[in-house]
Amino acid sequence: MFAEFWAILFDWGAIDTWIVLTAALASMACALPGNFLVLRRQSMMGDAISHTVLPGIVIAFLLTHHLLQSGVIDDSSRGTTMHLAMFIGAIIFGILTALLTEWVQKLGRVESTAALGVVFLSLYAVGLLLIRRAADNVHIDPDCVLYGMVETAWMDTIGESSVPRMAVVNGSVLLVNAILVVLFYKELKISAFDPGLATTVGVNASAMHYGLMCVTAITLVASFESVGNILVIAMLIVPAATAYLLSDRLSHMIVISLVVAAASALFGHVAAMTLPPIFFRRIGFTTVTSASTPGMMAAVAGLFFIAALLAGPRHGLLSKLLQRFSLRLRIVREDVLGFLYRREESQQSGNEPVVISRKRISESLHHAGWILSTLAIRQLLQRERILMTPEGYRLTESGRRTAQKLVRSHRLWESYMARHFDLPEDHLHETAARVEHFIDVDLRETLASELEGLEIDPHGREIPPAVDEPTAD
Amino acid sequence: MTSLRKCFQSQWSTKELLLTIGFFIFIAVVLMADAASANEIGHDHPPSRRAAVNPSFGHVVRVLTLQDYNTRVVLLGTVLLGISGGIVGTFMLMRRRSLVGDVVGHTALPGIAVAFLVMEAISPGQGRWFPGLMMGAFIASLLGLVLTTLIRKYSRIREDAAMAIVLSIFFGFGIALFTIIQNIPTGNAAGLNHFIFGKAASLVAADVKFIGWSSLAVLVMSLLLFKEFALLCFDEDFATTQGWPVLILDLSLMLMVVTVGIVGVQSVGLLLVAAMFIIPAVAARFWSDRLLWMTIISAVLGGVSAALGVIASALVPRLSAGAIIVLMGTFFFVLSLILGTRRGVLRRWLIQLHLRRKTARLDLMRACYEYLEPLIIKANGRAASLMTKQTLEFNRLLGMRTWSRRRFNLALKLAGDADLIYSLSPTKFRLTETGANEARRVVRNHRLWELYLIHYADVAPSHVDRDADTIEHVLSADLITELNLLLAERFPHMTVPPSPHAIDPHIIESTEEPAASAVDP
Repeated sequence: MFAEFWAILFDWGAIDTWIVLTAALASMACALPGNFLVLRRQSMMGDAISHTVLPGIVIAFLLTHHLLQSGVIDDSSRGTTMHLAMFIGAIIFGILTALLTEWVQKLGRVESTAALGVVFLSLYAVGLLLIRRAADNVHIDPDCVLYGMVETAWMDTIGESSVPRMAVVNGSVLLVNAILVVLFYKELKISAFDPGLATTVGVNASAMHYGLMCVTAITLVASFESVGNILVIAMLIVPAATAYLLSDRLSHMIVISLVVAAASALFGHVAAMTLPPIFFRRIGFTTVTSASTPGMMAAVAGLFFIAALLAGPRHGLLSKLLQRFSLRLRIVREDVLGFLYRREESQQSGNEPVVISRKRISESLHHAGWILSTLAIRQLLQRERILMTPEGYRLTESGRRTAQKLVRSHRLWESYMARHFDLPEDHLHETAARVEHFIDVDLRETLASELEGLEIDPHGREIPPAVDEPTAD
Repeated sequence: MTSLRKCFQSQWSTKELLLTIGFFIFIAVVLMADAASANEIGHDHPPSRRAAVNPSFGHVVRVLTLQDYNTRVVLLGTVLLGISGGIVGTFMLMRRRSLVGDVVGHTALPGIAVAFLVMEAISPGQGRWFPGLMMGAFIASLLGLVLTTLIRKYSRIREDAAMAIVLSIFFGFGIALFTIIQNIPTGNAAGLNHFIFGKAASLVAADVKFIGWSSLAVLVMSLLLFKEFALLCFDEDFATTQGWPVLILDLSLMLMVVTVGIVGVQSVGLLLVAAMFIIPAVAARFWSDRLLWMTIISAVLGGVSAALGVIASALVPRLSAGAIIVLMGTFFFVLSLILGTRRGVLRRWLIQLHLRRKTARLDLMRACYEYLEPLIIKANGRAASLMTKQTLEFNRLLGMRTWSRRRFNLALKLAGDADLIYSLSPTKFRLTETGANEARRVVRNHRLWELYLIHYADVAPSHVDRDADTIEHVLSADLITELNLLLAERFPHMTVPPSPHAIDPHIIESTEEPAASAVDP
C-alpha cells in the first residue's frame, strides 16, 4: 500500500504544485478574517456571507453581461470588468447581509441567529433562483460554484508565464488581508475581545464590524472560484478554530491558523490524489481516479481540528482528562497517608508500628475505584512513603511527615471554620476533607497564626505540630 | 454517561423513552414499506417534462384546479413537509437553535454519498436504493448534531463555531465523495445532485408517501410531548430539577429535526432546507406569545408557503421550486414583521403613536390647570365653576412648557376633538366641564406621584417634576387608590394637592399673583 502511495506521489508535477499553491493561498486568505469571526462569535455570519455572495455575484454577472452585449462596455476588457463587477456585487451583498440581519433583529426583536438565518436563506434563495433563470443565456455552472475549479487553475495563466491567474488573485487578497490585520491589529484585537471597552477608548466597534464583514465578503469571492461556495466556510472557520484550541495569544493564533490552512491545502491535495485509487479500487470501484481537492481539504482540516480538540496541550480533551486524573490520583495518595496517620494516632501503643491491611485501606477510600487506589498505593511504595509488610501497610518516616502536614491542614481548617462560620459540628469534616488537599504551607501557617496556637480541633483531637523541613510530595 | 443513566432511572422517563423508540421503529418501518412499494409505484408516473415556454391558459387552469396528477402529488408532499418543518422549527427557535436546520441539511450529504458507495460496493447498480440513501442521511445528520453538541460542551469552542465547523467539514467530505461517485459508471446516472438543489417539482407518489408518514410521525410526536417540549424550550434547568428526562427529550427533538431535515433535503435541497425550519417559525413569533398558537401558525405558514411555491413553480418555467418556496416564506415573514398582531412593527408603531397623542393631550390639560392654579388657590372652594369660565390665551399657554409649536397645535386639536376645550377665537379658548375634570385628574395624578417620590423614593422636591412627567401617563388605577390614601393623610381637605415645587420660573414671574403654590411638604 505504501509503495502504491509513493508511486502516485512520484507523479507529482508542476500542475500539482500550482494546485496546492493556489489552494493554500486561498485558504490562508480565508483563515485571516476567520480568526476574528471565531473570536467575535460570528462564525455563522461567515457561513451566511459565503451563501449571500452568490446573489451578489449572479446579479453583477448578469448586469455586466447585459452591458457587454449592448456595447456600453468594450468587449476587450471583458475579463477585468467581470471580475471587478463580481467583487463589487459580493461586497454589497456581504454588507447587506450584516445590515439586514441587524435590522430584522432590532425591528422585529428577533433573536440574532434566527434573524441571520431568515436573511441569508432568503438571499441565497434569490441567488439560486437567478442562477436557474439565467442559466440558459449566460454560462454559470452551479457545479463549479459548489465544487470550485482549483484542479483546472493551471489552464488559465497570466500572459505567457505558467503562473495561474487564480493564484495571483488569491495571493493578492492574502497580502491585502495581511496588511489590514497588521495595520488594524490593535483595533481588531480590542473590538474582538471587548467591544464595550473598544467603544470607550475611542475605537469605532461598528466600523470594525462592517469592515470585517466587507473583508470577509471580498475574501470569500476571491477564494470562491478556487475552492467553491460552501467550502470557503471550512477554510474560514476550521483553521481559526483549530488555532483557538492550541493557543491563548491572538498573534500565535493567527500564525497557527495560517499554518493549518496551508497544511490542509497540501495534505488535502495529497489525499485527493492518493486516497481514491488506493482505497476505492480496493473495494471494487476501479474507475475512480481522484477526488475533489477542495472537498478533501475540508476533510483534512477537520482531521486537524479533531487532533487539536483531543490532544491540544492546554485545552485538549486528553490533556484535560490527564490533568484531572493526576489530581484525583494525588488526592487518593494523600487520603491513604491521612488514613494511616489517623489509625496510628488512635491505635498506637508503645513503639509498635501500626499496620493496616489493604482491605481496610480500600474501604476507607470509598470514593476511589480499584484502579486509582492500586495506582496510588504503588506510587506511595515507590516514593517510600509507606512500607509493605505481610499483614499490610504502614507509614515510613517521610510518609508520616507528609501525612502530618495533611492532617494539620485538615484540623486547622476545621478549627478555623468552627470559629469564624456558624456551622454545626457535623458539617466541618466534609469540607475540610476536600479543602485539605489544596492548602499549601503558607496558608497552613497563616491559619495557625490566626488561631493563635490552638492545639485541639473542634472534635477534640490534637492538631499535629508543623513539620520543620519541607518534603516533596 | 451518568446523566444518561439518571435519565433512564427517572420516574418520568418511560413515556418519553417508549415514544422515542417507537418513533425510530416507525420511521424504519416506513422506509422498508416504502422500499417495497417504490419499485411498483415509483416509475408509473415519471415526472412530466414541461416545455420551457410561457404557460398557456389551459395549463394555468389545470394547475390551479389540481387536475394534474403530478401537481397533486407534489403539492401534497411539500405541504406536509412545510407543516412539519414549521412545527419543529418553532421548538428550535424557542431553544435558540434556529440554525440547527442548516447543519442537518449540510451534514446529510456525506451520509447520502457513503450510503450510495456502500450499496454500490455490495451490489453494483443498486446504489440508488432510496431508503438506504435516506438512512445514510439520517445517521450522518444525527451524528453531525451530536458532534456539534459534544464540541460545544467539552471544548472552549462556542456554539456558532461548532456548527460552522461540523457543517463545513461534513459538507466538504461529502463533496469529495460526490466527485468520486461521478467517476463510477453508474454514478453519473445516480442523480444524486437532486439532493443538493432539491427536486420538489419531480416528486413521485412513493416520495410523497414517505414524506407523509414522516410528517405524521413528527406531528403525533409533538402533540404527545408538547408539554414536555414547551418546558424544555422555556426553562431547561427547571425541567432538569423537576426530574424530566431532559437528555431524552433533547434527543427526540433532534430526531424530529433530522427526520424533517432529510425529508426536506430530498425536495427543497440541502442548501435551503434550513429555511423550512427558520422562516415560518420566526414569522409566527410576530403573531402570538403562546407556544401552542405559535406552533399552529408556524405550521400553517409553512404549509401555505410550500403550496404557493409549488403552484408558482408549476406555472412558470425554469423556476426552482425549492428557492420559490423559501421566498414565499420570506414574503410571509415580511408580512408578519409588519402586520403581526403581537410583535409586529405596525402594532408597536400604533401603540407608540397612541401613547404620544395621549401624552400630548394630558400635557395640555396639566398646563391649563397650572395656568389657572393661582386663581383657583385664591378662590378657595369655588374652583369648579371658575375653571370653565376663565379664558385661556394661546401664547401664554405655549410658554408654560417646553414644547414645540407643532406639538402644541396637535395637543390643542386632540383636546378639541375630545371635547375637552372649545375655542372662542383663534388665540383664545376655554375648558369644558369634562376638560376641567380631566385637568384636575391629570394634575392630581402628577402630584400624587411627585408626593410618592418625595415620600418613599427620597427624591429631592426640585427633581420630581421630570420623573413624574414620564410616569403620570401610565399610572394604574390600583396605584392611584393607594396614593390617594397617602394623600388623604397629608392634605385632608384638598382634591388637588399643591405642587411640591415651583411650577415654572417664568410663569410665576408673568403672573401677578404671588407664587402661593410653592408649598414645600
